[in-house]
Amino acid sequence: MAEVACPMAGVVAEVKVQPGDTVEPGQDLLILESMKMMIPFQSETNGVVREVKVNVGDFVNEGDVVIVLE
Amino acid sequence: MATKGEELRAVRERILQMGPERHKKRVKEEYGKLLCRERLEILLDPGSIVEDGLMANCLEEELAADGVVTVLGKVNGRDVAVMANDFSVKAGSWGPRTVEKIIRIQETAMRLRIPMIYLVDSAGLRITDQIDCFPGRRHAGRIFHLQALMSGMIPQVCILSGPSAAGGAYIPTFCDVIICVDKLGAMYLGSPRMAEVTIGEKVTLEEMGGSRMHCSVSGVGDVFAENEEQALQMLKDYLSYFPSHCFEKPPVYEPAESEKPIDDIEKVIPENQNMPFDMYEVIWRIIDRGSWFEMKKLWAQEIITGFARINGKPVGVIANQPKVKGGVLFVDSADKACRFIRLCDAFNIPLLYLMDVPGFMIGSKVEKEGILRHGCKMLYAVSEATVPKISVVVRKAYGAGLYAMCGPSHEPDACIALPTAMVAVMGPEAAVNAVYYNHIQEIKDPKERMKFVMEKQKEYREQVDIYKLAANLIIDDMVVPTQLRSELIRRFAYYENKPGELRYPKKHGVMQV
Repeated sequence: MAEVACPMAGVVAEVKVQPGDTVEPGQDLLILESMKMMIPFQSETNGVVREVKVNVGDFVNEGDVVIVLE
Repeated sequence: MATKGEELRAVRERILQMGPERHKKRVKEEYGKLLCRERLEILLDPGSIVEDGLMANCLEEELAADGVVTVLGKVNGRDVAVMANDFSVKAGSWGPRTVEKIIRIQETAMRLRIPMIYLVDSAGLRITDQIDCFPGRRHAGRIFHLQALMSGMIPQVCILSGPSAAGGAYIPTFCDVIICVDKLGAMYLGSPRMAEVTIGEKVTLEEMGGSRMHCSVSGVGDVFAENEEQALQMLKDYLSYFPSHCFEKPPVYEPAESEKPIDDIEKVIPENQNMPFDMYEVIWRIIDRGSWFEMKKLWAQEIITGFARINGKPVGVIANQPKVKGGVLFVDSADKACRFIRLCDAFNIPLLYLMDVPGFMIGSKVEKEGILRHGCKMLYAVSEATVPKISVVVRKAYGAGLYAMCGPSHEPDACIALPTAMVAVMGPEAAVNAVYYNHIQEIKDPKERMKFVMEKQKEYREQVDIYKLAANLIIDDMVVPTQLRSELIRRFAYYENKPGELRYPKKHGVMQV
C-alpha cells in the first residue's frame, strides 16, 4: 500500500480518480489550485486507488496524504 | 641474487597489486566494485600517471600505498590531480600516512592550479591511529580546511562509489559536484549501526545515506550514476565544461545544431499562463545537440540546473520547470539555484536564465522552513555573479521570482522576452482579488461578480502587457521565439569578453545560509 502525499499546499480543484481505478505512472491524480495556477499531480507508480482522502475545495498542506494506492 | 634495482622493482610491483588477494576478491565479488587502480585506468589517459607516495607504509606487506593512491594524470589531455581510496587495503581507511598523502596531493593541485578529483571509497579514520592522524595541524581536519580554501579556485570533483563515513563524508560534500553510484555509494555522519546504538533508530544503509537518497531527498548528491563506468564517464563529461582554475576561461568545443529544431518552439509554450508545459522542450531547442549535463536532476525538480553548450560555448542554464509544482520556487529550489549559480560564476561559465515563475511559495509551512532565508540566498548569488548573463522571460515572471531569475534589476547583460511573457508583481487573478477584494464581496449576483472580475483582469493584463514594458525599456528587447537561439549566440559573443570585475572592496559578504 502506498500513501500519496501532496507535494505542495493548495486547494483541491479536481479529483481525477476514484476508489477502484487503476493508475499508472504519469497519470493525473488530482488538480490543485495553488499560487493562482491549476497544477496537476501525477502518480509515480502503478496501483489501484483504495481511498481518496480529499474533496474538491479542501485545503491541503504539503505532506498531507491525499490518496492511498495498493 | 637480485640487484638493488630488482629488489625495488619487486616491492613496487607488490604495491601496485594493491591489497591482499582475499580482500581484492571481496571488493570485486562481494561488493561488485572496481578496484582502485582499475578506476584510475578508466579515468586517466593511458601512460599519463605520475604517482607520489606509492611507497607509503611499504614495510607493511598488507598496507599497499597505505590505502590511498595519489597521482597526477590527464583526463582527455588535461592535467588533473587524483586521490583514490583503495578499499582492498584495510577498507580504504585512513592512517597517518594516508592523511599526509591526501593533504600533499591537495597542495599539489593548488600549486599547479589543476582540478582535484576524489574517488571516495573509505571506511574512515583508523581509530587505533587517531592520535597520529586526527587532532593535529597536518591531520585529517586539514583535508577539509584545504578543501574550503580550494573551493572556487580549482574544480573539486568527487565520485562516491563506496562508503564515506562520519567526518570523512565532508570530502564529497566539500566538492563542487558529487557523482553518486547507485547501491555502492553512501555517506553519512553516523552509520545505521551507530544510529541504532545511540538514538535507537533502525534504518537501512540506503535510507541513511545511499546514493539515491542523497540525489533525490537530501540534495547533497548532484549526479546519480547507474554504475561505476558511467560515473567515470560523467566525471570526464563534467570537466569538459570547466577551466582548470578560476583565472582561465572554460574550453570551447565544435558548434553543433540544436538538440531539436527551433521552428516549432511556439507550440511548446502555451499562452495560457496557468497551463503547465515542459521547459526541457525549450532547452532542447536552444542548446547544442548532446551538450546537456544536468545537476541535481532528481532533487527540487521545479527548477532545472545544468551545463550546456550554445554554438560550442559553455553556459549554465537555470530554468523554471512549470511542469513540476507549477515552477514555484521553494526552499530547496532556491538552494539548488544558488549553489549552481555560484559554481558557474566561480569558473567563468556564462549564465542563461529561462523564466516561467509564479514566484516564491507562500503559506505557513514554507515560512517555517525559512523561505525568506532561502530566497535571499538565491537572490544573493544572482547579484554576486559577474559572468556574462542573459535572462529570458519565456512566459510569466511574477513577484520576487523576477528578481531571483535575474530580472532587469539584477544586472543581466540583457533581459529579453518572448511575446508570451508577462512581467508583474503577481498574476491577474491574484492582483484583482487583492485590489478589489471588498468590492468583489459586495457584489451579490454571481454573474455580475464574475463579469466585474473578468473586466478588471482584462484591464490588469493590458497594464502589464509585454509590449508596454518593451516600449518603456523595462526589458532590453522582445525576440521572435524562433530566433531565440541565434539571438543568444550573437549576444553571448559580445558579452563573453567582459571582465569578471570584483565589485566592492571587502572581505566577503554575509550571505544567508
